Amino acid sequence: MSGTELKGGLADAAVLSAIRSGDENGMAALYDRYSAVVYSVALRVLGDAGAAEDVLQDVFMQLWRNPGLFDSSRGSLGPWLAVVARHRAIDGLRKRRPETDIADVVVSVEPDLAGDAERTRAMEKVRGTLGSMPSGQRQALEMAYFEGLSHSEISAKTGEPLGTIKTRIRSGLLALRKAFAT
Amino acid sequence: MSLHEQFAEDLALYALGVLQGDERVGLEKHLEGCTACRRELEQLRGDMALMALSTAGPVPPRRARQRLLEALAREPRRAAAPARRDWWTLVPWVAAAALAVGLVAALLQNSDLERRVGGLQNQSAQQQAELQRAREVVSTLTATDAMRVTLVAAKTPPQPQGKAIYVRDRSSLIFLASNFQALPAQKVYELWLIPINGAPIPAGIFKPDAHGSATVINPPLPTGVEAKAFAITVEPESGSSVPTMPILMLGAGE
Repeated sequence: MSGTELKGGLADAAVLSAIRSGDENGMAALYDRYSAVVYSVALRVLGDAGAAEDVLQDVFMQLWRNPGLFDSSRGSLGPWLAVVARHRAIDGLRKRRPETDIADVVVSVEPDLAGDAERTRAMEKVRGTLGSMPSGQRQALEMAYFEGLSHSEISAKTGEPLGTIKTRIRSGLLALRKAFAT
Repeated sequence: MSLHEQFAEDLALYALGVLQGDERVGLEKHLEGCTACRRELEQLRGDMALMALSTAGPVPPRRARQRLLEALAREPRRAAAPARRDWWTLVPWVAAAALAVGLVAALLQNSDLERRVGGLQNQSAQQQAELQRAREVVSTLTATDAMRVTLVAAKTPPQPQGKAIYVRDRSSLIFLASNFQALPAQKVYELWLIPINGAPIPAGIFKPDAHGSATVINPPLPTGVEAKAFAITVEPESGSSVPTMPILMLGAGE
């Protein structure tokens, strides 16, 4: 499977089918498509290139060992990998055993992030949306997302009421969703 | 059907994995029976995926790709799961897998050989001895003339049985189930590792086939956990993070 084929848009379903049949080229193709997404979120959470690389290896190896962890009828692969990578990185950051069964992670989102151009447009839109959020809201969302802090911990750090933190986190996520609904 | 607003903010925290304690337990219970809130959870995870894109830019070092491909090459090849009558039919496969795991573990003791797992020429005498012992075990397990007997109380129907084989230092777990009853569509069996200290750890979910057999091979587990026992419960389809009572089966190490 060549890079040309990937840029030509070989469907995730075909790549997954190859992985299920034990084709290492399928895994290489998947890695080429999504490794940057997985690595960048792990790096942002962990702040350490080596630890982020370990998360990258762990996420792809788990999928290789058990492709059934991802159910293509319940979401797209790229967003699923991004969410799983973030969970694993937070587990590593907080030095705890995995708290989320990745087979339980169902992700519903548009776009599916399979294409380079699609990912680039989405990235710009996300950054624009975050940039336009009130600073308190963006701070609460980023502390929960990238540091894995609970609303109680964020409240203690910022001095803001618990209820306010809860509201800011949810409305921050909804703002991202709304940006892609238009 | 609409989202239950009283759970809306907790759902966002739950999606982020930061909801704890009674709030988490209460929400998980609600999610079991609420399609609308499960749907909202999926969408919140989609929002989380978008959030991940804000980090885009860094790319992994080139060596990471090679590292992954080398790790893939060291993994046992997968094969389509054959129809199973009972767990004894899996013994040769499991024994072969155990032999492969043992071989890899022995070879990895030497970092020079780590990059050349297939090369057996430089094995130490100790590794040779371990290999010989492994072969003897496999030979017994796979012998066509071996007598294989499961002892049960007289005049009782076949009972559910589970066999867990666990190697703590490698976090490697193989579980074989036989004679398990079928479950409703929304339910699964879940295996639990019960550590010496601390809460039970999820060790894989499974559904038995038409013959009541199932396997769990190397589920994700934290490293180096000393197991006191293993247990089976029935859980919602996606599994649970804490066991739902009652415990159906329980077995301690011998």
